[in-house]
Parts: sequence; structure tokens; C-alpha cells
Amino acid sequence: MAKKLSRGVAIVGVGMSEFGAFPDKTSRDLFVEAYLELKQSVQKGFDPKDIETFYMGNFSSDHFENQGHLAPIVASWVGLSPVASTRIEDACASGGVALRQGVLAIASGAVDIVLVGGLEKMTDLPGAKVTDTLALAADSMFEVPTGFTFPGFYAAMASAYIDQYQADPDALLRVGIKNHQNGALNEKAQFNQSIPEVMEKKKSKAAQKGLPVPEWEDEMAFMKDPKANPMIAWPLRLFDCSPVSDGAAAVLLVSEELAAKYTDTPIFVIGSGQASDGALAERESLSNIPAAVEAARQAYEMAGIAPEDIDFAEVHDCFTIAEIMASEDLGFFAHGEGWKAALEGRTARDGSHPINPSGGLKAKGHPVGASGVGQVVEVWKQLNGIAGERQLRGKLKYGLAHNVGGTGQTCSVHIFEKRN
Amino acid sequence: MTEHSLYSREFDQAIAQDVLIGSRCLDCAYTSVPQRQICPRCHADRVQRVELSGRGTLAAFTVIYIPPTSMAEAGYNAKNPYCVGIVSLAEGPRISAQIVGLDLSDPSAIKINTPLKQASIVRGEGDAARKFLAFEPA
Repeated sequence: MAKKLSRGVAIVGVGMSEFGAFPDKTSRDLFVEAYLELKQSVQKGFDPKDIETFYMGNFSSDHFENQGHLAPIVASWVGLSPVASTRIEDACASGGVALRQGVLAIASGAVDIVLVGGLEKMTDLPGAKVTDTLALAADSMFEVPTGFTFPGFYAAMASAYIDQYQADPDALLRVGIKNHQNGALNEKAQFNQSIPEVMEKKKSKAAQKGLPVPEWEDEMAFMKDPKANPMIAWPLRLFDCSPVSDGAAAVLLVSEELAAKYTDTPIFVIGSGQASDGALAERESLSNIPAAVEAARQAYEMAGIAPEDIDFAEVHDCFTIAEIMASEDLGFFAHGEGWKAALEGRTARDGSHPINPSGGLKAKGHPVGASGVGQVVEVWKQLNGIAGERQLRGKLKYGLAHNVGGTGQTCSVHIFEKRN
Repeated sequence: MTEHSLYSREFDQAIAQDVLIGSRCLDCAYTSVPQRQICPRCHADRVQRVELSGRGTLAAFTVIYIPPTSMAEAGYNAKNPYCVGIVSLAEGPRISAQIVGLDLSDPSAIKINTPLKQASIVRGEGDAARKFLAFEPA
């Protein structure tokens, strides 16, 4: 028997801050920004006093901002006290897991209205400290001491993937190019620039400084230039890695029967799955993320639909290889075929399987606790036809969000439906 | 005779003696590295500490040019990168470790399935010196 939600859950409003590096703003300021936008987005308005529970995804405010116990503080900052407020920590999947907690809380019948948020303020720390903080998501006894970094883990998965499927490593660079193309159309993206725009900017900067102006034949030549796109962890280069970001996002969940009170354009959460795993070395497969396969299985089963029904997906492209693996783990392509799909442009906005129309973590930015909620903001906008310049064509019915923590120790998958 | 436990710290204590340990399930014979008190495959809690051969092959790897603080302190940087990988041990399980003794000038020339044997690497100096598990070409 497929596991079902005991009652339906709808999203009636969403908001997000800009993603980027904001020295003047703390995480609570960023959340205020997201919350105010969410308030505007609820068509028929809502009374903040109606909110019964607040789940907040955040990975490490302790290290990033020297602040623990963040949920009640953030709640008070948007005037929600004494609402039950809980921080959810599952590394970079904190946001997706917070969403799932909100969905389950409403489905249980215990509450009717839940605010789900995600936030992270990462750029106050120097780069090396950020790397060390992110490493806390790996096994501190048996992984971190080996010298593995997060780019390193995903690079190792890329090495196994490329070897197993004889994949062309250019596919990785194509994912980066595509996500920058999409991010260029997202006003809230940290990298609101296509790769050709990045190239032009580098040229004009060099000219301004009186330095020799670099020349590249095309985007791929730029992506393969070790000066413009240095190797971080072979085979992953700088433009294979999502950035260090600040940002917040929020969505308002209500029980299905209350949706019409708030909006005529609700989006329904029809599938939710979550799975866990041990350290990377312990897994049967190094060329995909088993927890993603399991979370997707649960979500599809609950939704009663199949991968081919999904119109588009926001996936966790913390590194370019992660997007290729996700496109297979979610069932859009067979294992070993995702790299070809990326090379052939099938995951572009005008392709057969659009992935990360928002620009993904790569271009939109990756404030880790916010990312999983930010994905839902994009799905809501796309399904409601209000994604502006980057709006996908055609009638969209089903969207999917895939959020990964660490190297895949956690994965959450959610499926959303636009009715009528 | 030394009393051994299956506590998680026992692994590093064994590495300090150049011994690679794991556990074998007395019910299903599955070998775990590092050692576990509960078999991850069949959930039995009748497990026995075992010493492994230290032989294996390279299952996945990377060469890291931007090191974390601990590796930067050990002298690694973009000009002096290091290789870290996942090793498939002869007894079945896999483990993460630094891979030493490889030519890192062209990582694309490093082959998955390269035979490896257990080695060690000391990082840190004086009182901070610590021996870590490593592997090298066999």
C-alpha cells in the first residue's frame, strides 16, 4: 500500500530574499525580506496570528553567526512569538526537510497553518572557515581527517561516474553554462549572468586595468581555461561549484480545505519522501545518490505519478555532477544517460526535461539552509506562470524539488501539483 | 593481552599501530570498515573485530587544489595538491583515505581500479603529529 498524506496540503504564498553576499544583513534581516515578500504573495491576505507552527531549515548559524537556537529568534523578528518554532538541521537538505515537517504536521491534523522557512548567512566567515564549517556535514571521524572536502567528495563521485559510463567530462561544464543561462533571467540570483556575460565582464575589467585582454573562442574554451576557471578538486573546476551565499526563503502551508480562503492559485504538495545514508565510502554505488532514489520512490508513490509526468524540476546542483546524478536518480533518464542529456541540452528551459529553470544552486546561490525552500519558491512561480522572463513554456502541472544534505546522507524529494 | 572494544575510536588507535581493523558479523559474515557494534546489513549485534589485509583498489578519487584548513596547515595548496580517494578493500568494504605515491601532474592519467596497499601518512609536527591511514600503489 502506498503511503498517503492523511489530508491534503497546499502552498498559498512564497517569498525569498535576494541570494548573494550581503555584508550589511544578518540571517534575520534576510528572513524578514523573504517573509515580507511571502505576505505580499498571499492573494487574499492572511493574519500572521493564524500561523500555528514555524519550521526553519538552517545548517549552522552556530558556526556562521555564533548563534544557536535561531528559530525562536527569527520568529520573534517577524512578530510570530509565541508560535512553536523549531530549527531543522540536515545539512544542505535542512530546507527540504523543514518543508516535509510542515507537510507532515498539517497532514497529521495537529495544525492547519505552518510557516516553513530556510536561511543561512555564510559570508561573514573567511573562505577557509566556511569550508571547514561545511565539512561538519561529513563524518568527522572517518571522512574529514582523510582530507576530503565537499568539492572533493563530489569530484570523487564524478570520477566514478565518468569511469563507469565512459562519460564526456564536458557534460559537467554544460550544466554550469545552462544554469548560468537560467540564472541570468533570475533577478534574485547571486550570479545573474550568463557565461558569455561573465566572459565580457572579465575582458572589460582587464581592459580597464590596462592588463592583457583574455580571448576565448567560445564558452567551452572559457570553461576549460585554467586561469578563468581553475581546478578546485579534479575534475571539478570553480564553475562546477555552487557559491558561498547568504539568503532566506519562506513558504506558507495550509490544509487543503483552507486553501481557497487564502488564494485562488494554490499549489498542492502531493508527494513527500526523505531518506538517509551513511558515509560516501559505505555505499553500494559511488556514481549516484541512493538516498535520492529512495526519497524519489516514496514521493512518486505518494503522488501516484511517474517520473515522465514531471514537467520540470529544481534539483540540488551543489556541484554540476550532482545535477547529472539527480537527473538519473529522479528517473528522468536511465543511469548513465544523464550526462548525454546534459550535453544535448535536454535539461535546458526549452528542452524535454527542464532542470533548474531558476539557475539552480550554481547560479542562484546556495545559502545552504535556504536552498531547499528556495527551490519551492521557484516551483510555485513556474506552476503559477509568474516566473517572468524565465517562465517555462506550455501548461505545467507537476513540478519536483530535490534537496540533498552532505554527500547524500540526507535527501528529500517533493512533488507539487497545479490543479485546473 | 590488550583488551579490544568495538568503540569507534578504536579504529584510529589501531591505525596508530599500522593495523586496519573492521568488524565481521557472526550471523551473516558481512565485513564492516570501520568496525560497527551492529551489523549494517542484517542488524545483528554479534560482531567480531577483524584485522584487514590492507590490500585494495581505487574506486573513486580526486586531486584537491583548494585544501581545508587542516590540510593547508600540513603544507598542501594549489601548487602542491594531494589525492584523496575511496578504496575498495580486498575483503569487500570501502574506505576513504589519502592516496600517496601517485603522480598528480595529470589526474586524468590516474586509473580507477589501480591496485593499492595500505600505507600511512603523518601530518602535523611535534606533539600535534598524528598518523593517518593512507594507501599507495601496490
